[in-house]
Amino acid sequence: MTNTLNIFRKELKGYFISPIAYIVISIFLILTGWFFFSTFFLYGQAEMRGFFSLLPIIFSFIIPAVTMRLFSEEFNTGSYELLLTLPVSSLNIILGKFLAAAAFAAIMLLPTIFYAIFISFLGDLDWGPVIGGYIGAVLMGAAFSAIGLFASSITRNQIIAFIAGMSLCFLLTLVDKILFFLPESALNFFQFLGADFHFKNISKGVIDSRDLLYFISICFVMLYSTNLVIQEKS
Amino acid sequence: MIKIENLTKYYGKTCAVDEISFEIRKGEVLGLLGPNGAGKTTTMRMLTCFLQPSSGDIKVKDFSIEENALEIKKLIGYLPESAPLYPDMIVYDYLRFIADVRGLDKGSIASQIKALAGTCGINEVMHKSINELSKGYKQRVGLAHAMMNDPEILVLDEPTSGLDPNQIVEIRDIIKKIGKEKTIILSTHILSEAEATCDRIVIINKGRIVAAGATDELKREAGSDYIMQVSVKHNNFEEISNSLRNVTEVNDVILVNDENGTIDFHLACSGKKDVRPEIYEVIKNNNWILLEFHMESRTLETIFRELTREG
Repeated sequence: MTNTLNIFRKELKGYFISPIAYIVISIFLILTGWFFFSTFFLYGQAEMRGFFSLLPIIFSFIIPAVTMRLFSEEFNTGSYELLLTLPVSSLNIILGKFLAAAAFAAIMLLPTIFYAIFISFLGDLDWGPVIGGYIGAVLMGAAFSAIGLFASSITRNQIIAFIAGMSLCFLLTLVDKILFFLPESALNFFQFLGADFHFKNISKGVIDSRDLLYFISICFVMLYSTNLVIQEKS
Repeated sequence: MIKIENLTKYYGKTCAVDEISFEIRKGEVLGLLGPNGAGKTTTMRMLTCFLQPSSGDIKVKDFSIEENALEIKKLIGYLPESAPLYPDMIVYDYLRFIADVRGLDKGSIASQIKALAGTCGINEVMHKSINELSKGYKQRVGLAHAMMNDPEILVLDEPTSGLDPNQIVEIRDIIKKIGKEKTIILSTHILSEAEATCDRIVIINKGRIVAAGATDELKREAGSDYIMQVSVKHNNFEEISNSLRNVTEVNDVILVNDENGTIDFHLACSGKKDVRPEIYEVIKNNNWILLEFHMESRTLETIFRELTREG
């Protein structure tokens, strides 16, 4: 446990001592700020639904950019050998790295709370959906981090890790929109697999155990797969 | 201390290590020798629990790598070849991270890092980022990393590769110093290094052990052919050659150099008997002026080359 924390701390610190964190957070804030507020005043409604509906797509490429280096870089520089010969288990390593990426996603969301505060001055903001939205966003960030971590564990090339992670995240986000031609019943099934659908449910302010379970199981499946890949490597 | 039993590792279909067995006693410095690609690094990686063996077992104290990998990792300090450290981290932060993971008490971390910085000579780079360091300094930081928790066993994979001659001597001195208290396994393909630092040597070729034993033992066992280097003031090599061939143990006389009336030549001799008195007798009887006369002891190098030669 302490070693999971040690690795978590090291990875999280690693984001902030290199320029990655600042670049990624800036891009995230510029994109969400621009797209959200460009239509916000046209609707003239004091709500954050527009912001939350952007998140699945933006997270789909921002989070893999955050996670791409987690394993790939270690494989590439060989530092993985040092890490694995320290008294840590592969579970410590995977959990530490996953939590660091998920925490980074949460930190990235922090400044956007100012959007909510700002809007609450403009009109009567219903805080229920906003809080639900943030809970959903953190869960989705964690699920996408797990996907990105898995993508990073399969290759030593960070660009491949990024593209693989991004493809998986986009697939989960857009699966119901890509398969629009399927009959209604089949579409409902695929919709249920999609991250977008579950995130929307939570961001309405309704926290349903099915949606929570969906994100938690994605994390679990992806972390377990990562563990399998890592075991296979030795 | 460490017992390696029938250790085998396949990478796909290629066999990197083939049924290796040997033991390492407490307080011993063991050299793992072999040409490139012989399986030294693979053996070390299995010992440090980075790779899992395809079959066979390693026991460290009473722990087996299959069941108690974590316990073994706690006992071993490992310096991989070319010391792959995290490039973005500052040396101090890196060592601090290792100390945390190694579970040192909070109180002793600072003093331990200070002590290691002194032993490994990295005081002046503590606040530099690792990717700015030269190869030699990286190697030293790697050594500090390996010794962080005062491990009982140190595994060093080519600790002197890529260093300049001064640094090689320094690292060897460090190894000798710590080798007095700890069990060390080091791999190298530099023979003089193995001879200078190791108590015992295991020579590996193509994944198999071809020779093992103390350095002197290896030299003694390796056979009875040897070479005599002689240098004489003389003009005619033919005459020398003919007179020396009469000594029964001398198989051949090989001219090395003939310049300014000085002839250097090698005598290839065989047999267990020391042939030096007979040769001196010949030289004295002919009244040649002897400049140099020296029996080349069989070096590890010749043994190594014979054992690991292709084919």
